Amino acid sequence: MERIPILSMGEFLLVTIQVDMHDRLATVLKDDLANRISETGARGVLIDISGLDVVDSFLARMLGSIAQMARVMDAETALVGMQPSVAITLVEMGVVMSRVRTALNMEKGMALIRLRMAEEGTDEGPEQ
Amino acid sequence: MTAALKTRIPEVLERYEAEILAEWIKEQLAATTQRPDLMKGSELNAQSTKFLKLLRDAIAAGMDIQRPNWEPVREFIGEFSRSRAIQGFTPTETATFVFSLKQPLFVRLRKIHDGQPDYLFEDLWNATVLLDKLGLFASEVFQKSREEVIGRQQNEMFQLSSPVVELWRGILGLPIIGNFDSKRTQLVMETLLKRLAETQSEVAIIDITGVPMVDTLTAQHLLKTVTAARLMGAECIISGVRPQIAQTIVHLGVSLGDVPTKATMAGALALGFKRMGLAVVPARRPAAEAPV
Repeated sequence: MERIPILSMGEFLLVTIQVDMHDRLATVLKDDLANRISETGARGVLIDISGLDVVDSFLARMLGSIAQMARVMDAETALVGMQPSVAITLVEMGVVMSRVRTALNMEKGMALIRLRMAEEGTDEGPEQ
Repeated sequence: MTAALKTRIPEVLERYEAEILAEWIKEQLAATTQRPDLMKGSELNAQSTKFLKLLRDAIAAGMDIQRPNWEPVREFIGEFSRSRAIQGFTPTETATFVFSLKQPLFVRLRKIHDGQPDYLFEDLWNATVLLDKLGLFASEVFQKSREEVIGRQQNEMFQLSSPVVELWRGILGLPIIGNFDSKRTQLVMETLLKRLAETQSEVAIIDITGVPMVDTLTAQHLLKTVTAARLMGAECIISGVRPQIAQTIVHLGVSLGDVPTKATMAGALALGFKRMGLAVVPARRPAAEAPV
C-alpha cells in the first residue's frame, strides 16, 4: 500500500509530503505517525508540505488532528513550507489552523520546536 | 418581392467612390465632432479612403458583417476605434466617422434609384442597417479599449501602491497606501506571501499609515492577510495606527485578534528585532570613552 515515508532524526520525526494527498493517504499517515511517536518517543514532528499545491479542508483538518494527537503524546508538531497560494486558499475557506505551529522551512520549524521544548524543559525542573 | 430586390449599394459605391469619399471627408471636417487638435486632416483622409475601399470590397459579397469576408472591415474599425480611444476621442466622435458616411451615400442612392421609391426605400434601409451595425461595432470596440486602458491604469496603481520592502534580513515591510478593499487584499496578500516565501522572512510589518479609514471590513481583510502569513510560518505586526484610527477601531468594536499593533513603523521594527533575537546597540565609542 502507498505510504508517506516518516524519517526519524534524533528527537524529531520528519515527514515530507511530495505526492498529492488523497484522503486515505492522510488517514494512513496519521496512524503511522501515532505509532512512530510512541515507538521512538519523538519530541517533535515536522511536516513539510512545500510540495503540495492543493490542501483541501479534509487534509487541513487531518493535519490539525495530527498536531493535537502528537501533543497528547508529548510531541510538538510544526507544519513547514506552505505555499502562498495554499495559504490564501485556506484563509478564503475559513480554515485558520490556529492550533498548528507553522514555519517557513524545515530549519526554522526545527528551531521553533527546540525553543518550545527548551521552554517546557525549564518548567519541568524535577525531570532534568 | 423583397427577395427579388437586388441591392445596388455595391454598385453605387463602385461608381461614385471618389465623389462619396470627397463629400464624406468634407462632412467629417465640417462636423463639430472633428478634432483638429487630435488628428490631422491628412490622417483622416487616409483612414476614410482605406475604409471606403474595404467597405466596397466587402459589400460585394453580402451585407452580413459577421461573414468572414467582412473581416478586413471589422479589423480596420477595431484598429481605428482603439487608436481613437487612446488618442482621447469621445465615443460620439468615433462613431460619427461611420455615421457621417450616410449622407453622401444616401444622396447617391437616391440618384441611382430615381423614380423607384420601393427600391430606394429598400436600399436606404439596407444602408442604414449596415452603417448602424458598423457604427455600433466601432463604439463597442472603443468602449472596450477604454476599459482596457482603465483596467491597466488601475492595475499599475495597485502595483505601485503595495510594494513589499525588505527592512532587514528576515523582516519585510508592507506599507499600504489607500483603501484596503477586497481586491486590494488579494493582491497585497499574494505579493506579501510570495515575498515571504522567497526571502524566508519570519516577520512582516504591515504599515497602515496610508490607509484613510479602518472599518470592520478593512480589519477583516487585515486579519485575513495576517492569518495567511501565519499559516506559512511568518508573524505579522501592524504598525502606523494613527490616533483617529485607534478611536475608530475602539468605537466600532473592531477586533484585530491577537495581532500586535504598534503606533509607528519604528516600534514595529523594534518588536520584529526582538522576535528575531536581535538587538540594536550603539556603535563602539572611541577608546577614551570606553566603559571601565
